[in-house]
Amino acid sequence: MSQKILVFAEQRDGQFRKPALEICSAAAELAEKHEMSLSAVLIGEGVANIAPQLAEYGISEIWAGEGEGLNRYNLENYAAILQQAVKQLSPNTIIMAASAMGKELAPYLAAKLGVGLAADLTELIVTDGKISAKRPVFAGKAFVNVAFQTEMQLFSIRPNTFPAEKRPTSANVQKLSFVLPAEGARSQVKETLRQESKRPELTEAGIIVSGGRGMGGPEKYVVIEELADLLGAAVGASRAAVDAGWRPHSDQVGQTGKTVSPNLYIACGISGAIQHLAGMSSSKFIVAINKDPEAPIFKVADYGVVGDLFTVVPAMVTELKK
Amino acid sequence: MKIYVCVKQVPDTETKVKVAEDGKSLDERDLTLILNPYCEFAVEEGLRIKEKLGGDVTLVTVGPDGAKAALRSGLAMGADSAIHLSADNARMADSFVIASLLAEQIKAGAPDLVLMGKKSVDTDMQAVPPMTAALLNLPIVTAVVEAEWNIDSAKLVREIEGGKERYEMAYPLIATIDKGLNEPRYASLKGIMQAKKKPIETKTVNLSGETLVIEKMSYPPVAQPGKIVGEGAAVAPELIRLLREEAKVIE
Ligand SMILES: Cc1cc2nc3c(=O)[nH]c(=O)nc-3n(C[C@H](O)[C@H](O)[C@H](O)COP(=O)(O)OP(=O)(O)OC[C@H]3O[C@@H](n4cnc5c(N)ncnc54)[C@H](O)[C@@H]3O)c2cc1C
Ligand SMILES: Nc1ncnc2c1ncn2[C@@H]1O[C@H](COP(=O)(O)O)[C@@H](O)[C@H]1O
Repeated sequence: MSQKILVFAEQRDGQFRKPALEICSAAAELAEKHEMSLSAVLIGEGVANIAPQLAEYGISEIWAGEGEGLNRYNLENYAAILQQAVKQLSPNTIIMAASAMGKELAPYLAAKLGVGLAADLTELIVTDGKISAKRPVFAGKAFVNVAFQTEMQLFSIRPNTFPAEKRPTSANVQKLSFVLPAEGARSQVKETLRQESKRPELTEAGIIVSGGRGMGGPEKYVVIEELADLLGAAVGASRAAVDAGWRPHSDQVGQTGKTVSPNLYIACGISGAIQHLAGMSSSKFIVAINKDPEAPIFKVADYGVVGDLFTVVPAMVTELKK
Repeated sequence: MKIYVCVKQVPDTETKVKVAEDGKSLDERDLTLILNPYCEFAVEEGLRIKEKLGGDVTLVTVGPDGAKAALRSGLAMGADSAIHLSADNARMADSFVIASLLAEQIKAGAPDLVLMGKKSVDTDMQAVPPMTAALLNLPIVTAVVEAEWNIDSAKLVREIEGGKERYEMAYPLIATIDKGLNEPRYASLKGIMQAKKKPIETKTVNLSGETLVIEKMSYPPVAQPGKIVGEGAAVAPELIRLLREEAKVIE
C-alpha cells in the first residue's frame, strides 16, 4: 500500500511559524522522492486565506479546518479536529512540528488514536517505502532508531532540523468538516500574552548568541545583544547565568532549558558543562569564545577563540559593520 | 486536595551513556540514578500546594525495583506516601505503555490534581503526561512556568514561542512543571529518616501493548575536533571570514 502523509501545519495569529514551513518542505521532499501522497491540515479562523502559502513549500492538497474562536489554540479542540481529519483522509503518517504546541498535541493525539509517536525527531528514515525515525535520547548523548508497532505513525520534528525550502506547486484548498467536542471548553486559553521582541525565538532561531557566567552581570549582555542584532540572532544563556538572575528562565539552553539546533551557536563565557551541551550540541556550527583554553566547550566548537569576550565580541561587531 | 505526583528515576545528567551489548538498550552497570530533575520540580510544587491548601501528596512511579530510591527521595522531601508500579524493563519503555499504567492508577485513586515533570531526561519524549490526559479524558497544561493554585481552580501560565498562554482551569486536571516555577527543597536529615517509615505500596505490572519500540541505540557521530582560530580580538576578522566563506552560516 502506498504511503499517505498528513502534515499538521500550525499557525499562530494567522501566520505560519518557521517550523511549520520546515515540516511542509521536508514532507514534500519525502513524498516526491518516494512517491507518497501528501496533504496538510490547518486549524484556525479564516485559515483558507493563508493556506496557499503552504503550496509555496510543496503542499498542494490543503484542508482548512475553520471555525470561530479556533485561532486560540485549545488542545482538546485541536486534537478532536485532527482526529476527524485522520478519519476522513486516512493517512498512514502524520507529521507535525515539535513546537510548544506540537509537544503537547502530538502525544495527546497519538494516545487518542492509539498510534505510536516518535517525538522531537532529528532524522526521518525511509526503508522499503515505510517511514521511521531517529531521535536523540539522554539529551543527545545517544540516538535511537524506533520501530512502530502500529499501522499508523506519528512524528514530531525538532525545529531547525530541515530547511524551509521553496518548492512551489498549485494550491487546492478544501474545507474540512468537523464537530467540536464538549470537553474543549474546559481548558480554554484565557489570554495569549505576546512578548514583544525584535529578536527571533530561541528554538526557531537560525543563529544564537549565548552568554554564560563569564558575562559577569546582567548589564553586560548588551555586548552580545549587539552582536546578536547584527546577525539577526536570538540571545541565549547558560543555567549559571539564569540562576544568578541575569537572564529569564526562558533564555536557558540545556538539559533543563531549551533544546536548540541553530545553524550557528556562539557560546560566550560558557564553559561547556555536559548539561549545557545537552541543549545545543545538535547546532550545525558552534563557535566558542572563552578565556580558558582548557574549557570543555572547545571540544565541541568548530571554531574557537581563546580570549576575553569583552574584547573579542566588540571586535566581531566592528568587523561585521565594515 | 488529593495530589498525585508522577515521578521517574533516570540516570544522573552527568552519566556517560553506554549502549548495552544488544545494541538497543542502556548498559545499566555503574549508572548513578536520580529523581528526574523535572519530577523534582513537580514534587516541590505538590508540597507547596499541600502547604497552602491542605491535603496529601502521593508519588507514583512505574519502574524497576531500584526505582524505589527515587520514591524515597520524594518522600524525604515531604511527600506522604508512594505507589510503586514495578516492572523490570520499564526504564526506556514506550511512553504509551507507561501512560496506560499511570492512567489506570490515577483513575483508581481519583486525585484532584496530577502533577508531572515537563520531560524525563532519559527518553526526552515529553509524551507521557499528554498521553495520560488523553487516556483519562482529563484537561492538561504542559510546561507550566507560573501557577496560582486555589481551592477549586488553578491559574496556569505556559510558555509558547514568543509569548505565554494563560489558563484558568477547574480540577481535576493534569499539569507538567517546567524549570523556573520553583526551587526544589533539599531533604532534611529528619525528612530522610521519616521517609524510611512512609508507606510504599508496590504492585507488579506488565508492560505490554507497545506502540513504539527501540530498534537500535547508537552514539552521536564523533565531533570533528574544531580549530582554535586564535587568541584575542585580533582574530575577529579571520573568524568572521571563516563564518562567511567556509561555514557559510552568516552573510
Ligand atoms: C540536573 C542539572 C541540570 C542542569 N541543566 C543545565 C542547563 O539546562 N543548562 C546549563 O547551561 N547548565 C545546566 N546545568 C549546570 C551546568 O552543570 C553548569 O553548572 C553550567 O552550565 C555552567 O554555566 P557556565 O558555563 O555559564 O558557567 P561556568 O562553568 O562557571 O563557566 C564560565 C566560563 O566563562 C569563562 N569566562 C569567564 N570570564 C570570561 C571572559 N571575560 N571572557 C571569556 N570567557 C570568560 C570561564 O573561563 C568559564 O569557562 C545543570 C546542572 C545539573 C546538575
Ligand atoms: N515511568 C514513569 N513513572 C512515573 N511517571 C513517569 C514515568 N515516565 C514519565 N513519567 C512522568 O511524565 C513526565 C514526562 O516524561 P516523558 O514523557 O518521559 O518525557 C515525567 O517527568 C514524569 O512525571
